[in-house]
Amino acid sequence: MFVPSVTNPIGDFVRNLVPQVTAYLPVAFQSETLDSVVAFLINAVICIIAVCAVNIGSAPILIYMERKVCAHVQCRLGPMRLGWHGTIQTIADVLKMLFKEVYAPSGADKLMFYTAPMIVLIAPFMVCALIPFSKDLVVADVSMGIPLIIAVNGFGVLGILLGGWSSNNKYSLLGALRSGAQIISYEISFAMILLFVVMISGSTNLMDITMSQQGTVFDWWIFKIPVLGFIAFILFFISSTAEMNRAPFDIAEAEQELTGGYHTEYNGTPFAMFYLAEYIALVTNSALATTCFLGGFHAPCIGIAAVDNVLNMVPGLVWFFGKVFFMIWCYMMVRWTFVRPRVDQLMDFEWKFLLPVNLVLLTAGAAWIAISG
Amino acid sequence: MSEYIILSFFLFLGAFIAAAATVTGLLLGYRTKNTKNKMAPYECGMQTIGNARIQFKVGYYLFALLFLVFDIEALFLYPVLMNFKEIMAGNTPLAPAVVIIDLVIFMAILVSGLAYAWKKGILKWE
Repeated sequence: MFVPSVTNPIGDFVRNLVPQVTAYLPVAFQSETLDSVVAFLINAVICIIAVCAVNIGSAPILIYMERKVCAHVQCRLGPMRLGWHGTIQTIADVLKMLFKEVYAPSGADKLMFYTAPMIVLIAPFMVCALIPFSKDLVVADVSMGIPLIIAVNGFGVLGILLGGWSSNNKYSLLGALRSGAQIISYEISFAMILLFVVMISGSTNLMDITMSQQGTVFDWWIFKIPVLGFIAFILFFISSTAEMNRAPFDIAEAEQELTGGYHTEYNGTPFAMFYLAEYIALVTNSALATTCFLGGFHAPCIGIAAVDNVLNMVPGLVWFFGKVFFMIWCYMMVRWTFVRPRVDQLMDFEWKFLLPVNLVLLTAGAAWIAISG
Repeated sequence: MSEYIILSFFLFLGAFIAAAATVTGLLLGYRTKNTKNKMAPYECGMQTIGNARIQFKVGYYLFALLFLVFDIEALFLYPVLMNFKEIMAGNTPLAPAVVIIDLVIFMAILVSGLAYAWKKGILKWE
């Protein structure tokens, strides 16, 4: 029989603990298989709770952060009333959202209307399970990490299209189709940039990609390959912004034109789920950028032993989340400083600029590998 | 293998959380009478005109087709480029020159496809 196992410190701890507990069972029930299956299930539950905590816990923090960043960019103060500097404002908003009425408009396809937020939430959760947060903190260390991320990212589009179509609202339909066209277009350059990372690091496993950046800051992929790495990072930044439907590429939502796009008709908790998915996607995309370009959980060593020893004392998890929040801050600053392009400019930008540039970048990267060996 | 089993849990986790939230909203939520005006799809305050399930522009469909072509071509490149370093170092039975020629042919087909679509005007958004 197939016996599942998980290899990380928590997994070892659970595996040692379970036989001690099952020893109290009647002898007829005791077996090695039972022990390992129970250990596996406990481990899975721990992993799921951890990822839920990271994902759902980060959303209120990010919403607060976005409000503050936005406010300070526009010379305002942002939320100030509830709690110290408005810190519990988001929690109050979540509570308010829970008590809002949930209903589908007349003519809406009810089944699809309520399925859409579920599909939208699947993608970011699965991606989050693949990210190595620290040297031995990764939920699913699969060898096909990057192709899997690209495959899973496609799920979100289905949810958005379903949500827009099932609402029986013209703005929703228009927003959903625009957003579908935009996401699938930028998905190509997203896949190509990750392909570039896979090519230079020689693995599709995210842990291997992180480990290939061990060393100083100049071993991170953003700096390791002269110029090309930085261009790849910028292209990744652009295409992931468009993937997430964030401003300046938020033509799908464009509140001035489409009154909110595909989630116009959603209210209460289903709407909150779309919002949650958007913010989790922000975390996972930043985590992906950190893993692929910014050295993952490695400390930013600079090659001077005295400084590096101090930097290495900080745990990898802290460095990882530090870099993730730096990336998130970058996404937020871009959102509040750039203007939104028109829909045709957006599509032209992808197909007539980003895609050719990506192909050139791939070729240049291949040439660099062929020459440098 | 156990990694993929755990991953399949996550496939359902997102859906489960959204379902749980929707049910919570339905249970806790404030309720009002379902009047005609409340249930009408939002249309900037006007009376809703007609149905939203209309025939739509074919341009979106063409972009979806293009996406299919390019995304699958990108996925085809993955196995080759993942081992590109090893191939160049001569650690595989493949000859580096043959691989490079194959890749050039593949990329030429890809680029000519893009150029054709561009010239045909499919990439033009109207």
